[in-house]
Amino acid sequence: MEQGKKQFRKERIDRGIYARSMDIFAISSWQEIAYLLLPRIVPVILLLAMPLILELSGNTYWAKVMVVLAILGIMSMSWDLLRIAGMFSLGQALFFGLGSYISAAFNHYFHWPIFLTIPAGTLGGALLGTVLLTGTLKLRGIYFAMVTLAFPLLLVRAIQATNFLGGTEGVATDAFPNYWVAAYVSIGALLICFFGFRRLMNSDWGLVARAIGQDDIAVTASGINVFWRKIQVLFIASGAAAFAGTLITHLLMYAGLSSFSLDYSILPVASVVIGGSGNFAGALLGSTILTFATEALRALGPLRIALYAILMVVFALTIREGIFPYIERRYHQFERKVELT
Amino acid sequence: MAGVIIFGLAKSLELALIAIGFSFVFGISGIANFAYGAFYLLGGFLAYIFFTSVGLPYWVAAIVSMIILFVIGALMYRFAVQRIRGAMLSEVIVTMGLGIFIIEMLRATGFIGHNRYLPAFIPGYIEIAGVGIENQRLMIIVIGLLLFLILWAVTRYTRIGLAFRAMSQDELTALSIGLNNNYLAMLSMGIGAVLSVIAALCIIPQGFLTADGAYEVLIYALAVGVLGGLGSTIGIIVGAFILGYAQTITATLFSSQWVMVVTFLAIVLVLLIKPSGIFGKQKELEERV
Amino acid sequence: MSTSPVLKVEGITKNFGGVRAVDAVSFDIYAGDFLGVIGPNGAGKTTLLNLITGFLKPDAGKIFYQGKNITGWKPHKICELGVARTLQMVRPFYHLPAYKNIIIPLCSPRALKLSGSKYGERDDIALDYLEEVGFERDTAVPYKPAGILPHGYVKRLELARALAMQPELLVLDELFSGMSMSEVASTMFVIEKLREKGITIIMVEHRVKELVRVANRLLLLNFGQKIVEGPPMDVVSSPEAIKAYLGTSEEVEQ
Repeated sequence: MEQGKKQFRKERIDRGIYARSMDIFAISSWQEIAYLLLPRIVPVILLLAMPLILELSGNTYWAKVMVVLAILGIMSMSWDLLRIAGMFSLGQALFFGLGSYISAAFNHYFHWPIFLTIPAGTLGGALLGTVLLTGTLKLRGIYFAMVTLAFPLLLVRAIQATNFLGGTEGVATDAFPNYWVAAYVSIGALLICFFGFRRLMNSDWGLVARAIGQDDIAVTASGINVFWRKIQVLFIASGAAAFAGTLITHLLMYAGLSSFSLDYSILPVASVVIGGSGNFAGALLGSTILTFATEALRALGPLRIALYAILMVVFALTIREGIFPYIERRYHQFERKVELT
Repeated sequence: MAGVIIFGLAKSLELALIAIGFSFVFGISGIANFAYGAFYLLGGFLAYIFFTSVGLPYWVAAIVSMIILFVIGALMYRFAVQRIRGAMLSEVIVTMGLGIFIIEMLRATGFIGHNRYLPAFIPGYIEIAGVGIENQRLMIIVIGLLLFLILWAVTRYTRIGLAFRAMSQDELTALSIGLNNNYLAMLSMGIGAVLSVIAALCIIPQGFLTADGAYEVLIYALAVGVLGGLGSTIGIIVGAFILGYAQTITATLFSSQWVMVVTFLAIVLVLLIKPSGIFGKQKELEERV
Repeated sequence: MSTSPVLKVEGITKNFGGVRAVDAVSFDIYAGDFLGVIGPNGAGKTTLLNLITGFLKPDAGKIFYQGKNITGWKPHKICELGVARTLQMVRPFYHLPAYKNIIIPLCSPRALKLSGSKYGERDDIALDYLEEVGFERDTAVPYKPAGILPHGYVKRLELARALAMQPELLVLDELFSGMSMSEVASTMFVIEKLREKGITIIMVEHRVKELVRVANRLLLLNFGQKIVEGPPMDVVSSPEAIKAYLGTSEEVEQ
């Protein structure tokens, strides 16, 4: 036995709220209410207030950032939804581009106003995207990933070859009426998407979707039509991503081949890998980090993609659960050194 | 007509060369190496650097590039992929992420415009049956056939080839008879990287060294693999021929812009009918219950 | 007891490449029957079950359930008619708590039609089913993730999952494998209770002793072919059964 040398071990202890076990919440004091509620309320308030704060700083450039944050956030949540249901997509850009082009087409050729083109783009993108991918749903994971990777590229070539919808030049569109509309439509949609998806996944419908992601054969043996459920999930996820596409169209006042670029497929994946998959808060956190990193690192230019890619790899290899679960765990537990006696 | 046959042949072997590296790794270790396009680009790039800036003779530059890529491929397996082996999602994310990282870093070193090219092995062209064809394309045919012959011989007649075949059939069984699956997977990734360099050295001289080309190479490798069956050498050859001739005929009859569309339609069609490809070995859903 | 069979299997055959896994098997099952399916490993028992429940399509032959031709139907459609199965390679939803595993089948069209439950009620119904198969109700066990449950519990979870679909025909694939003697006894008790309710049961099992006591008919399969069918004691003592499991005396002497 070593003398005079203390030995320690790390101990993890849950904070003194035993109400958290088994999804039962028994609240008995204001402190507990605050403990549970604040982490949820504060980010929401921040998000809603940000456009106000930034506007006061006198720089309308930040409206753009708000919209980009919403776009990346919605795309990330859309990807996460698909992943939870067992569909690993490397081609979110497909839905994004479809939504972008469809809303641009209605705006440019039929002169529909924005509040009509956005729903049209969302619905059209969802329908078309779902129809296109229906045949691939029965594929095993890796083949599904491969096909989704190639799909946006296919559409790019098809548009180039047929010169449809502006060909390589693209289509010009209207902008948002003003800063406030842009910012609050985007942030509002982001929050609706966030809470909506969470509600959805907590329901029994979502439970079945999650089970499909784990083991679709067992779900089939439980009497459920897995194919149809996957289509429903695909429709919702593609609708969300298509909506994000309509936002970019009216933000950039332009819809073109760049709407199908690989970036829109990869960045959502990176956000979720960094932030944490499974609960949509991780996707939101990851997209916030990446959006602000994009702004802060403008000087790096195109190298930023390389940075995100390597970040994604590092997180996938090390902190595999993502940042959000890690923060959540530390919030609910604390570690201390305990002396071995 | 003769042109279509000859160019189709060259195109098919070109596609086969591109696809074999990817399929080799997938067949043996089950890893879909989405960094494949990056290896292709990096191999070509290194050969270019050693040839132009460092001034080595071209064939030395080529060999050095192959050795370096072998090491990179093996190391990538050892330090990145091995940790998350078996989790398909993570495998794809990690290989894809590393691939994008490499490609975008290379892009930033100045791949703007078409100012980089690799020399052909034998410059010039000859005429066959009234059709002019570059020597490089003929070299592709020759090298392609040679390569497949060597691969076939190695997998059939050497011990390491036997080990590879064992692993591609059933990794757990291979493990239980004493084969070190990590070592073999590492080797396979290294070899896959070398194969991508060989493809790069053959094909890039026909055009230019571009970053976007790297993504296209990955798509083509996937297309051929999916069409013919990943993991099966015969499948790759058959798939490459089908796709190669489909592409050549499309380019001749319509325009080269439709080539990608045709490629893609071919993939989708095969996937809908027989997802594992024409010669694919993946078990269908039925047998997995 | 009705005169037409609940399940009628006519000459179904399934090939995997060059191997004939199931070879022109035919049999009938009547309401309330308990058919035990036995045979050496590799005889094609699980393949037969997969064919009946729609997970595999037969290469030849027909299957009729309650008079309907269900050959080639998809598994979930067959479940809607009232057929439920357990999987031999037990596959719980590892990361979900045990009781949530049961909610999945409760969301199937058939269960919704028969019980009309709403969200929130299903938790209790799930716990009821778990209790029926032997999970202790007022403990933490039903709430544990299925992945950490011991094997005996997982197999019973699998049974509860099948029961949650309120089947009329229950297909069990090696339910007792890996269970301890006491677990087998208690589960057998559950199955006998199901029998009393009039549920028809097909059971593939290696533990022939238990099967003989409860089944009213036995079917012996070997090399994909039906060898013998009939009352349990007849099948078990038939020369074909002895030959299938032990070999003939010439083979034994060698």
